[in-house]
Amino acid sequence: MLLDKTISQLLKGYREKEFTPKDVVSEIFENIEKNEEKINSFVTLLDKKEILEKFKDIDLSLPLAGIPYVLKDCYVTKGIKTTASSKILEDFIPPYNATVYEKLISAGAILIGKTNMDAWGHGGSTENTDFGVTHNPWDLTRVPGGSAGGCGVAIAARFCTFAIGEDTGGSIRNPAAWNNVTGLKVTYGRVSRYGAIAYASSFDTVGPMAKTIDECAYVLQIIAGKDILDATSSNEPVPNYLEPKTAKKFTLGIPKEFFGNGLDKEVKASLDAAVTKFQELGVETKEISMPLLEYAIPVYYIIAPSETSSNLGRYDGIRFGSGRENFTNETKRRIMIGTYSLSAGYYDAYYKKAEQLRTLFIEEYRKALLTCDAILMPISPTPPTKIGELINDPVQNLLADIFTTSQPPAGVPCLAIPCGFTKNKLPIGMQLVGNMFSENILFELGNIYQNATSWHLEKPKL
Amino acid sequence: MISSSKIAKLANLPIKSTEEGTFTKQLESILDIVSKLQKVATANIVPTAQVTGQVNVFRDDEIDVARMFSQEQALSNAKQQKNGFFVVPAIFE
Repeated sequence: MLLDKTISQLLKGYREKEFTPKDVVSEIFENIEKNEEKINSFVTLLDKKEILEKFKDIDLSLPLAGIPYVLKDCYVTKGIKTTASSKILEDFIPPYNATVYEKLISAGAILIGKTNMDAWGHGGSTENTDFGVTHNPWDLTRVPGGSAGGCGVAIAARFCTFAIGEDTGGSIRNPAAWNNVTGLKVTYGRVSRYGAIAYASSFDTVGPMAKTIDECAYVLQIIAGKDILDATSSNEPVPNYLEPKTAKKFTLGIPKEFFGNGLDKEVKASLDAAVTKFQELGVETKEISMPLLEYAIPVYYIIAPSETSSNLGRYDGIRFGSGRENFTNETKRRIMIGTYSLSAGYYDAYYKKAEQLRTLFIEEYRKALLTCDAILMPISPTPPTKIGELINDPVQNLLADIFTTSQPPAGVPCLAIPCGFTKNKLPIGMQLVGNMFSENILFELGNIYQNATSWHLEKPKL
Repeated sequence: MISSSKIAKLANLPIKSTEEGTFTKQLESILDIVSKLQKVATANIVPTAQVTGQVNVFRDDEIDVARMFSQEQALSNAKQQKNGFFVVPAIFE
């Protein structure tokens, strides 16, 4: 299948005239016709004829010429409905483009559609959506993870080669793990957030998802960089992510607190096997201790709801969208927790306290990363859950984010990589966490593992 | 103690009176979990609001015509408009 190829294999095939973008787009729509109904990954699927017409004379020298992708439906796309998977924006047609979308247009990439998510980013299962649950292609009775669930499944189901997701508390990493794909939560400020519908503005990151690390690196090369339209975007120069550094001896930190209780047996077995694999491949591993990370959930679930309660204040049905009664219960809960944390009499005990812990988290990561190049962590305590399990239990839903909520407050990057399956063939993923702006180290270290394993080459039987 | 009706009012969130009880219970469970951070000593720790290390990122106070919306574009998603204005709920009687 053409869609099993990587971006560079597709570009090579185009240039050598083995096949054309039209062939690739046609295969995508065949896959969509066959499987989208049972998966429900798209909120908006673009029209095949219009796509083929638009790209028929594509300049094949462009860096992503003819490469098909999807956008999580939180990125504004001029003239194309953008909903954040909420009924409130069900008929919102943005009059401008997100910067990440502009960059991909300039690079010649082909947008296939806008994918389903947990509304506003509020969730880890793509069940908190007003556009129907998205189903995990590895087991249709289970969730694809979230909030960028539609992105994860679109790659796994071969509806695209890469996706742009958005990660605030695990929203790229969790669906990467649960769909057997690779995903990158970038350093905060690495990629412009202009035109990304905001969830928690000091946590939100824009990042790539694809089958492989190299494809994520290739896309990052194109979307990273300073944007004057995003005041939080970084001045840090964008390195060459595609050139491997000289093969240094890496050290991987293993935080003992995250490898004990609370991990599903099969997930733990996969993670332990991954540690062994790294050792076999010549990577030094050392046990480290990060006791503060136990407070990840309280810190995240005070700051993120506080920021979202402010950001979602703009949805008042006046300039755009419909009324606030259309927020889902999960979103209403998050707005209320945030409002409470920021309110007079509670601000110091909750919001200010969480921000003080945030300072301590930054220091906790800085200290740990003095002794190792990257930290290996699980992504999810369990394999993909059954539909209904998380969304119907607000507390369980919250606790499931334990491994992905300590990094956003610190702004550090994380690379999610497939590392195995359960005996029921459900995907398991792991993440490498590094210092801010260490994406190139994460890519190189991750590739040591990915080049020696083949989990990431597997795809679901559909 | 959290009162979901009070907080919903502060947040301008319409919730039905039949829902108040459930919301209150759920919010209390969540607050129970997040309140755990009280256990950590943070005296004299400076809070962090953002991690960019940048301050006062300004642009020149100049209009970029290329990025302006026309009035029509600005109104294009409004549910109600009149004479080129957004219709808003009345504030005064």
